Amino acid sequence: MDYIDKSIIMKKINTRRWMNGFARGLFFLATSFGLVVLLILIARIISQGIGWINMDFLTGKLSTQVDKAGIFGAVLGTFWLMVVVAPITMFIGVCTAIYIELYMKKGKFKSIIQTNISNLAGVPSIVYGILGLTIFVRLLQLGNVVLAGGLTMSLLVLPIVVIASQEAIRAVPTHLSEASYGLGATKWQTIRNVILPAALPGILTGAILALSRAIGETAPLVVLGIPALLLPFPGGILDKFTVLPMQIYYWTLDSSLTAEYANLAAATIITLLFFLFFLNATAIFIRNKFQKKY
Amino acid sequence: MELNNNIKKDKTLNVRDLINERKKSKTISQYIEKMVPHFLKIVTAISILTTCFIVFTLLTETVSFFKQVPLLDFFSGTKLKPLSQNPEFGILPLVIGTLYSSLIAMIVAAPIGLMSAIFLSEYASDNLRKIMKPLLEILAGIPTIVYGFFAFTFVTPLLKMFVPGLETTNILSPGIVMGIMIIPMIASLSEDAMHSVPNSIREGALALGATKLEVTLRVVIPAALSGIISSFVLAISRAIGETMIVTIASGSSKQLTFDITQSMQTMTAYIVEVTSGDAAAGSTIYYSLYAVAMTLFIFTLLMNLFARYISKRFREEY
Amino acid sequence: MSTVIMNKDKNVSNHHQKLTLAKFKPKQKIVYQTNNLNLWYDDVHALKNINLSIGHQEVTAIIGPSGCGKSSFLKTLNRMVELVPGVRITGDITYSGKNILSKSFSVEELRTQVGMVFQKPNPFPKSIYENIAYGPKIHGIRNKKILNEIVEHSLRRAYLWDDVKDRLKQNAYDLSGGQQQRLCIARCLAINPDVILMDEPTSALDPNSTLQIEELIKDLKKEYSIVIVTHNMQQAARISDKTAFFLHGEVIEYDQTNLIFSNPVDKRTSDYINGDFG
Repeated sequence: MDYIDKSIIMKKINTRRWMNGFARGLFFLATSFGLVVLLILIARIISQGIGWINMDFLTGKLSTQVDKAGIFGAVLGTFWLMVVVAPITMFIGVCTAIYIELYMKKGKFKSIIQTNISNLAGVPSIVYGILGLTIFVRLLQLGNVVLAGGLTMSLLVLPIVVIASQEAIRAVPTHLSEASYGLGATKWQTIRNVILPAALPGILTGAILALSRAIGETAPLVVLGIPALLLPFPGGILDKFTVLPMQIYYWTLDSSLTAEYANLAAATIITLLFFLFFLNATAIFIRNKFQKKY
Repeated sequence: MELNNNIKKDKTLNVRDLINERKKSKTISQYIEKMVPHFLKIVTAISILTTCFIVFTLLTETVSFFKQVPLLDFFSGTKLKPLSQNPEFGILPLVIGTLYSSLIAMIVAAPIGLMSAIFLSEYASDNLRKIMKPLLEILAGIPTIVYGFFAFTFVTPLLKMFVPGLETTNILSPGIVMGIMIIPMIASLSEDAMHSVPNSIREGALALGATKLEVTLRVVIPAALSGIISSFVLAISRAIGETMIVTIASGSSKQLTFDITQSMQTMTAYIVEVTSGDAAAGSTIYYSLYAVAMTLFIFTLLMNLFARYISKRFREEY
Repeated sequence: MSTVIMNKDKNVSNHHQKLTLAKFKPKQKIVYQTNNLNLWYDDVHALKNINLSIGHQEVTAIIGPSGCGKSSFLKTLNRMVELVPGVRITGDITYSGKNILSKSFSVEELRTQVGMVFQKPNPFPKSIYENIAYGPKIHGIRNKKILNEIVEHSLRRAYLWDDVKDRLKQNAYDLSGGQQQRLCIARCLAINPDVILMDEPTSALDPNSTLQIEELIKDLKKEYSIVIVTHNMQQAARISDKTAFFLHGEVIEYDQTNLIFSNPVDKRTSDYINGDFG
């Protein structure tokens, strides 16, 4: 009856169990690798830059002299950029998501639009830079001002907002809209009064994540030709500007000539990461606070 | 309950009459109702328009470029000398640079990302997963410029201690850092794919006495393969399009070389260099920008479509 | 909306209509009359030649096994069924003298006159007050005083006022399941409909809340015509005046509730009522 020799199996089982344990440790190490690098990266940047952060640095003008350099101009530039990007992407992104999710009929056209949007999300940011350079800076003659940079960034992060808003709208249970239709509400009344308010936390979370992408993005702005050293502070969306990542870029390049520039870059990175941390914490807060049970 | 029974609806309030009264002034809201979809349609067109703009601008200027530089010279030329007296525009050095940096990134990211996905999906407890996954995803949220800084000022000097002859700008260091950057992308997408493999399938194998490792390798990974491959393809596409890390840490050497300790320029870094140099509109260098960007666009577009195709076509139905 | 509504010649069904009407006492007022109503979901024929009259200020129960088309029928009466993609309807439904399936008939107007209560309580994630005020507001009533009055009246009518009068600003999801369903009924009453459609309104509730809702329904029929879909045959027997038994998209039997339950004509009806159903 014994086709199977149990003693051999028992011997093999020990090896197999050992392999499993070994693999488990290996997989854990692999997962930790990413986290350890993250830790090193943050520790390195903080140790290098924290000593350079003070009020003079945060509120000072850009300067060629290492001791006097400040980043307030770049902070203002980032702020103005957001003033352009936030309303444009929110408006266009939410409208697009509503149209695709709630008005479009299922079919070939819808799937083409959907594919198009997810492809746009995968287009390298530098290609958006070239688009912005050609259309906003040269064709529309805006020059390398906040508005041109903001419009370029808006196109870049638009797919993120659209996709996040679509998901948020899809997550609103149909029994809520049914209740509204059942009371004789029209489609737009239902969307405005029931679906959008319920989807709002999800939409906002997506929008904030898109903004944080826009804040950290460098490549498209390099292509637009944002100047290296800019002394006057930008006062509006039609002024020339620089942003924090651009400043990091130029100081990093200069660090091969003067080592201290690397410290300035690190200090600027800390500032940038602080903003990003703040934005992401807001997103998480909104998600937890306004998450509604249906 | 009996208290309320004597309320007659028509006596206290006639809501119906109120509603009917308002109906006369409803023409404006009916007009809005009709206009909203049209308005939304126009706004939605912007996303299509963006694609058209990208393709159109890239295409027209690329055509101008190929009027000045023959197609064959561009794609088979091994020399890229845009600024010399007799400029040559061979894209091969850039293609090699791009391939190398992406390849190095994938050598780092594919095994580590996949192993992380396996750990998170199959081995980690729910609590551990809930902590580790978001932490890992922080890596994906750090701006690329920060990675560029990290590669240039930390990883390259560190590698110099182990790799003799490593240049200050080289392709190895940004490749590795780029790999670290895309680990969470592979880990997250592959983990999603593995997570959606139903537990009943795992239990079937475990009940036969298989170890977790065997279940993972023989059951879970084959079932989630389309999702895993698609995550790899998306990661490669991301690496090809990545700009700041390579621009900072790999320099701008246009020599055709296969030595990873040397500086190599990628397509993205070339675009940055040309645009920062204020190339005059209409010059051949200016047009070469669009030809390179077009190549980049097509590369990444094909990759993205391919990834979508795999994950759709080979999706397992449970 | 991918719905196509086809209106067949109305005269074709006249004969049938007389047959159905013959069952009622002559002075009985009719709110709904369906003629040769057919409904398809893509290729699935979900309702077959339905000819039913629904009486004024009566409770009409619709019973039958799952998938028999009873919910589809209910949702056709206020055209909510059109929200499902791929639906096709033929025949006609006359509601207070008008064919509601005609294209020119405004669904919004219909749904203002025909309220609906759903299977699962589905209050909006808003305050109790806003839930009730929603209907009047979308129909253009903005006056605060009138709204307050409507809210109080509707909540009183649904026996909910005393439970919630001190916390009208609280989120509706803080209420219990039974209270939520009464809130949904109150929300429906706030626009003063003539007919209330109820789609298994107690299936998600505990026995005690179910009893309260049933009491409310019995009381509401003094002013409203009610059509209720239910799985629960005791419930149909307890609260309804007439009962229709649906099977595979057809009406098998439709009569006074006491007759249906005491002396069903069709064997399939008695099988279902006695629980002998395969």
